Amino acid sequence: MLSIKLYIAQRLTAMLMAPLVLLHLGVMIYAIQGGLTAGEILGRTQGSFFWGLIYGLFVVALSIHAAIGLRVVIYEWLGVTGARLNWITTAIVILLLGLGSKAVYAVVLS
Amino acid sequence: MANEGKTIKVLLSRGDNSNSALKEYEVPAKESQTVLDVVTWIQRNLEPDLSYRFACRVGMCGSCAMTVNGKPRWTCRTHVSKVMDGDKTITIEPLRNMPVIKDLACDLNEFFEKWTKAKGHFIPTKTRDDQVQLISPNEKARREANAGIECINCGVCYASCDVVENDSSYLGPAALNRAWTLVNDVRDGGKIERLKAVTSEGGCQSCHSQQGCTTYCPNTLNPTRSIAGLKKVAAIATLKGEM
Repeated sequence: MLSIKLYIAQRLTAMLMAPLVLLHLGVMIYAIQGGLTAGEILGRTQGSFFWGLIYGLFVVALSIHAAIGLRVVIYEWLGVTGARLNWITTAIVILLLGLGSKAVYAVVLS
Repeated sequence: MANEGKTIKVLLSRGDNSNSALKEYEVPAKESQTVLDVVTWIQRNLEPDLSYRFACRVGMCGSCAMTVNGKPRWTCRTHVSKVMDGDKTITIEPLRNMPVIKDLACDLNEFFEKWTKAKGHFIPTKTRDDQVQLISPNEKARREANAGIECINCGVCYASCDVVENDSSYLGPAALNRAWTLVNDVRDGGKIERLKAVTSEGGCQSCHSQQGCTTYCPNTLNPTRSIAGLKKVAAIATLKGEM
């Protein structure tokens, strides 16, 4: 129950996420060198257009990518099809976008 | 003879979809004995009504595939000595992912219908009046096609595929591998039509690349690779707006 367009969307978002994940891991290793404090993290991210863009892109790509992956699992394992499957996929995108946007807002704009 | 007087314990699946059970048999052990030899011995000496399929006995016709000790295999080319487990028992069951007609004979209708659905037939672009097209065996497309054309339609890949098990609409490795050989055949005129067919519901995009098909293909083909090729070509054609 995966159309070729959803397949392409999942591959493109994976291509987008691959360097972002590497960057994220790199920053994590760098950030903990002198101990890990909320102040240090917020000092780097608050008001930063760059980090807002990076994590914002990450959230959008991840929401699409994960929802398509879960759609396949729900179809194959639970047998959900048609409009119901579309609604569940959309709900997962909205949920992940909401949670992710809240986190990005918290570290960049608040 | 080293096997004089020795026997093999065989558990054979009897019955159909609604009612099947393993039944035990003792079969004389022979040199270079194949799993098909064992099944044939049981049918000729113990169970005249045992149902199973075979034809060529040399690995060409693709009709004798069964599940042997839990793995799908072509039984005519599978030596008993190769598949015996520690208990000296051999369990022979019908292929997975197909309805069982009786005993070891499966209904392959759906398997072949999916070949048709994947447009697994050649669509000619020339007539008998045209010159025969010269194709170098070294051309990239021809090499891709050649890598997949030795399929004998045995159904082993289809039986080993977990996507087929979970998604009844999935076309399966054999049909998609066939489509890939035709997509790479420069004489064929149905590329876009075929790409549309193999990207419809249950198409190549449903493959999880688990490679069960490639692991068990008795002709050592790589259907996973063929399906990956289809995904790539179909994705590019979609992005270019050709489909």
